[in-house]
Amino acid sequence: MSAASGRSQASSHRSPEGEVSPEHSVTDRSPQTVWIEGIGLIAPGLPDWPTARAVLRGEQAHTPAPSVLPAPALLPSAERRRASRVVKLALAAGLEAVTHAGADASTLTTVFTASGADGHNCHALCEQLASDDRQISPTRFHNSVHNAAAGYWGIATRSMAPCQVLCAYDASFGAGLIDAVAQVVLERQPVLLVAYDSEYPEPLHAARDTPDAGAVALLLTPEAGPRSLASLRWHSDSAAPDRLTESSLESLRQQIPALRALPLLRALACGQAASVCLEYLPPMQLRIEVQPC
Amino acid sequence: MSPCQLTAYTATSCLGQGLAAHRDALLADHSGLAPCTFETVRLDTWVGEVPGVDAVVLPPSLAAYDCRNNRLAALGLETDGFGDRVREAITRHGRDRVGVFMGTSTSGILQTELAYRRRDPVSGALPPDFDYRHTHNSFSLADYVRAHFGLEGMALVISTACSSSAKVFAAAARQLALGRIDAAVVGGVDSLCLTTLYGFASLGLTSARPCRPCDIERDGISIGEAAAFALLERTGDTRTAGTVLLEGVGESSDAYHMSSPHPEGLGARLAMEAALRSAGLQAGDIGYINLHGTATPANDAAEGRAVADLFAGRVPCSSTKGATGHTLGAAGGLEAVLCAMALTEGLLPGSPGTERLDPALPVDVVRRTRPGALRHVLSNSFGFGGSNCALVLGVVA
Repeated sequence: MSAASGRSQASSHRSPEGEVSPEHSVTDRSPQTVWIEGIGLIAPGLPDWPTARAVLRGEQAHTPAPSVLPAPALLPSAERRRASRVVKLALAAGLEAVTHAGADASTLTTVFTASGADGHNCHALCEQLASDDRQISPTRFHNSVHNAAAGYWGIATRSMAPCQVLCAYDASFGAGLIDAVAQVVLERQPVLLVAYDSEYPEPLHAARDTPDAGAVALLLTPEAGPRSLASLRWHSDSAAPDRLTESSLESLRQQIPALRALPLLRALACGQAASVCLEYLPPMQLRIEVQPC
Repeated sequence: MSPCQLTAYTATSCLGQGLAAHRDALLADHSGLAPCTFETVRLDTWVGEVPGVDAVVLPPSLAAYDCRNNRLAALGLETDGFGDRVREAITRHGRDRVGVFMGTSTSGILQTELAYRRRDPVSGALPPDFDYRHTHNSFSLADYVRAHFGLEGMALVISTACSSSAKVFAAAARQLALGRIDAAVVGGVDSLCLTTLYGFASLGLTSARPCRPCDIERDGISIGEAAAFALLERTGDTRTAGTVLLEGVGESSDAYHMSSPHPEGLGARLAMEAALRSAGLQAGDIGYINLHGTATPANDAAEGRAVADLFAGRVPCSSTKGATGHTLGAAGGLEAVLCAMALTEGLLPGSPGTERLDPALPVDVVRRTRPGALRHVLSNSFGFGGSNCALVLGVVA
């Protein structure tokens, strides 16, 4: 059977939201809507969500500048000094969203998603493993795992809740959103989504040219509340993903995988009902319906 | 959770290629571990290397993905007729309705390690044939599986070190429960590389002997490699006897240390309790526990304490890592498949390498594989960063 006939046959009894017809047994028939209560953002020239919000609303110009990564307030002082760029990035964006929502980080389920781990640490390990002295540092080794930033988040917040750490290359934001929404809907608990990416130094930079660090964090909840900013629901789409009109912002969207979320963030910044299409895994894109509260 | 069925499953490890090789090895209490001769590695340690990976040739259209990890993935996918079962599912459901959920810790990083030996002596540049996206990047594995089957729907990699390919079962079950997909290719692939061999050695966590889980003299892990896959679907109203089910999943975080488990196994216990709750079962319903059982002093002590607290030392358990080695990001998937085999074959896997049980571990360790009828089993997987996952699998009577 061809791909096309398989798809049309399979989708004939399906709603746009992906729910299936009665011959399938599905436990949850809710509309799969979640609410956003907090936003965190770090990007080149956009040090936090309030700045990004003003820029995305067109109230302020985007001035390209290196990303500013604050010292992680969550970590004890010794760890704070040693924290790598990705750890600072993920913790700061996550904390901004949690603070924005007034949530308790110590109880939060988390979904971290990143297109790569700590590029500088990876370079140092590969360089040493290619040398005559392969005795790598144990700290460098445990910091090399893809879930290092998530591990430090857990240690800092003492949250023993489930924690996912995903990778889908350029589609990492979409992958994280899909899993985070699923957990909110099924577990009826808030979930913190943190999407973050950072750069590799040369020579890996030539093979993966992410220019700088960038992160987007969303605190998602199962019910509308007094702090809810907007509701969100997604379904798959094959349309072309939305772009940003301002070229410097569109460059960020294309260059830093977490910032594939910028069209969604623009809708949130403007506080308007919107239907945005985010780039995911072609041919599958994510159509997101946003409704401000 | 609503149970999902494992419509098909397969495993390739140092014990051999496919289910029959694993069953035969388990029944013989055979270990696939051997002294490390991998690549140019000079370490006094044993490994579970899969023979023949270097000889695997990827389909020409997928040549960009060529690296040890994706060769191992390709080898595993077309074992036991698994690939055909996936293609049948694609025909049933559509290319956009079969998701891909893969676990790996290091993906194809060996390719980058090797490329760093071939840097341009003047510019320092990596060789022009190096392809970061399709080999080194963590997603490369799921991207390869998606391309291998020509899929067009959702895909992700979970990379939480040694719990990675247990957690993919939970992630896939969520999307099945919500009706976002109709089937999922889940699993894990991790392959030998210098980062993990020298890395675990730097932490003093590799043994100079074959690993000895739960042994009083256990002194570290033996690193292995594996590819393990399952095809997950929602269960219909009619359940065929002998069908293996994913009945429960439990996830937790230690929130304690990057590379040491919580000493009292608190995170491990939370994950096991959550898995039982998710399955709607009591501790007494579990007939066998496949331990994470890495054979480090700290892991087995913490896990033993958590298992003893929750199961009162009454449930037979074992670690199969003495047979397969610790296959890291593939361990959760591999051990889920071994649990499926335990359920369908009616056997309790033994613990090769274990000689003298540690009396400080109040658990009932199965030393030699023995027959036993099982209805529900539990599999533990724990990773660096304090990432814990427990799966409950069962079989339809």
